[in-house]
Amino acid sequence: MNFELTEEQLMIQQTAREFAEEKIAPTAVERDLKEEFPHEIIKELGELGFMGMMVSPDWGGAGLDTVSYALAMMEISKVDASVGVVMSVNNSLVCWGLEQYGSDFIKDKYLRPLAMGQKLGAFALSEPEAGSDATNQHTEAVKTDGGWSVNGIKNWITNGTTADYFLVMAQTNRELRHKGITTFLIEKGTPGFEHGKKEDKLGIRSSDTCSLTFTNTVVPEENIVWEEGKGFNFAMNTLNGGRIGIAAQAAGIAQASLDAAIKYSKTRKAFGTEIKNHQAIQFKLADMAVQVEAAKLLILEAAALKDAGKDYTTQAAMAKLYASKAAVDCALEAIQIHGGYGYVREYLVERYLRDAKITEIYEGTSEIQKVVIARNLLRG
Amino acid sequence: MKIAVCVSNVPDTATKIKIAAGGKEIDKTGVTFIVNPYDEFAIEEAVKTKEKFGGETVVISVGDDPNKEIMRKALAMGIDSGVLLKTSETLDSNGVATLLAEEIKSGDYDIVFMGKQSVDFDSSTTGQLTAQKAGFNCVSVCVSLEFDGNNITAEREIEGGREVVKTTLPAVITAQKGLNEPRYPNLKGIMEAKRKPLAEKPLSAPAPLVEVVELSLPPAKAAGKILGSDASAVPELVRLLREEAKVI
Ligand SMILES: Cc1cc2nc3c(=O)[nH]c(=O)nc-3n(C[C@H](O)[C@H](O)[C@H](O)COP(=O)(O)OP(=O)(O)OC[C@H]3O[C@@H](n4cnc5c(N)ncnc54)[C@H](O)[C@@H]3O)c2cc1C
Repeated sequence: MNFELTEEQLMIQQTAREFAEEKIAPTAVERDLKEEFPHEIIKELGELGFMGMMVSPDWGGAGLDTVSYALAMMEISKVDASVGVVMSVNNSLVCWGLEQYGSDFIKDKYLRPLAMGQKLGAFALSEPEAGSDATNQHTEAVKTDGGWSVNGIKNWITNGTTADYFLVMAQTNRELRHKGITTFLIEKGTPGFEHGKKEDKLGIRSSDTCSLTFTNTVVPEENIVWEEGKGFNFAMNTLNGGRIGIAAQAAGIAQASLDAAIKYSKTRKAFGTEIKNHQAIQFKLADMAVQVEAAKLLILEAAALKDAGKDYTTQAAMAKLYASKAAVDCALEAIQIHGGYGYVREYLVERYLRDAKITEIYEGTSEIQKVVIARNLLRG
Repeated sequence: MKIAVCVSNVPDTATKIKIAAGGKEIDKTGVTFIVNPYDEFAIEEAVKTKEKFGGETVVISVGDDPNKEIMRKALAMGIDSGVLLKTSETLDSNGVATLLAEEIKSGDYDIVFMGKQSVDFDSSTTGQLTAQKAGFNCVSVCVSLEFDGNNITAEREIEGGREVVKTTLPAVITAQKGLNEPRYPNLKGIMEAKRKPLAEKPLSAPAPLVEVVELSLPPAKAAGKILGSDASAVPELVRLLREEAKVI
């Protein structure tokens, strides 16, 4: 077994790290405070190839493996998890799904600009009444002149106010239940399609989340992704890979928390010595470091399985379950190590905690990850 | 235009330097090496010059296998190919310049970009020595550059101001911060870099003219002095800055 990254993977990691430190970090605090979307940063990430990392160069992507993607996601999220989620949604939920299941028409018209970072994508599965139970879709599409007419509401959509192209799951045959769900690609500005106002969130405040409403929104037949009735499979397969991205986002936050805690423990003095010399602090640091390392290994294993074309469902769920808990635990401990200073904005660790929590909720809550893991354990 | 850029690898600026046994070299264990920061401006200028005028870009480095890693970064940023002048000996600036000048003369280059200094030994001489040995003109510490056929107009940073100079190709330009903003290698560039040709030429270096006798670490910084916390401390601060530190 070989744990070495390739020369290219190292260079990608290094480039992501430098970009994150030089271009993302300086504005992260202010964007969080003002809930400002990182328009300029996303544009530059797109030009460098980070918005369509795994898409084949034939469709405008960088043609990289999932391991490289996970490494880049960790570096970016270490500095700003809001930028991390924007990147993750575009790469793993939108581009990956379109490349796997889209027609050549869809790939040429929509995937190419998405992969090149010229357009931004969103993935709309959740609804007011359909979160963990995504089969309970109320959004409906019926055949009409010139395509399909969509009606319904989507909730909690990342990139909801900023995206150009939306992948929208809708019920096309209620009798077939989840086998009657279909994925539509809907463009921003299509008549009858509007977004609600931005949610005021605990964390990842620089990314935008909102509801979407569709009122007799007409979508052409050729904008069906994969085929009629495949929407639920599309969403589940896409979320499988998405979990690697969100796990990497969480591992980035956990790493940032550990780094901040180490740094602070070397400067803060209590009882006549730097607090790093107190064994209680050392034990916290050791526990955090183990969680960070274990999270990374699970993520890289899931990514490597995916790259090898093997089933990675269980490992991706384990990686997300573990890494998101590591992020929350490490952020909490980092605050504890900072004492009162950890509770105020100036020291960043309070943001790490606010950002960490969402990784236990979206793209399948931690409970749902356990459902997925157990189902695979008990199968057969 | 045939364009060369010469790069060296230096310890990451965040490294805690230790001196190796023997006292003449640094201890390289655990040290990450990066592209000399001033060479990044040189790489960017080489890529930009090719983008403007067409031609071919080559990255040249003197050293051993580890240098290939930083050469790959130059290739990822857009340089076309590389030549490693391979030697495991420790060279002085004259040795490096001699090997570079031979390669540059035989390669029929029009322009050579280098960093104004490398941030390890800071001798700031390799560019000028290389130009002299290759019979090229030289503009050092360059912050802006314009071409008009074979003529170059360049701005140099000098003490307290800027100097505008003119010269002609072929020339060596040594880059100062401000010449440009080095690009990040894009992901396609990183993937293409491994397919770009990187030749190796084993060479033996000329005997050094300068010998390192001893390396030592700078003395530990003395503790700071707090003179007071309000305006009444200012006169004493000014006196100390003038008389002790001699900075005003
Ligand atoms: C900031 C943010 C961004 C988001 N971005 C997107 C997006 O881009 N696209 C999108 O489609 N969605 C998005 N979501 C939605 C997110 O995926 C859902 O919130 C999540 O799936 C949970 O659904 P829910 O909120 O309806 O909670 P519910 O499903 O109502 O869950 C409530 C609680 O019950 C638990 N629970 C439910 N079912 C079970 C079960 N069978 N066993 C055990 N426990 C269970 C859950 O784990 C949870 O603790 C986003 C959400 C947020 C907050």
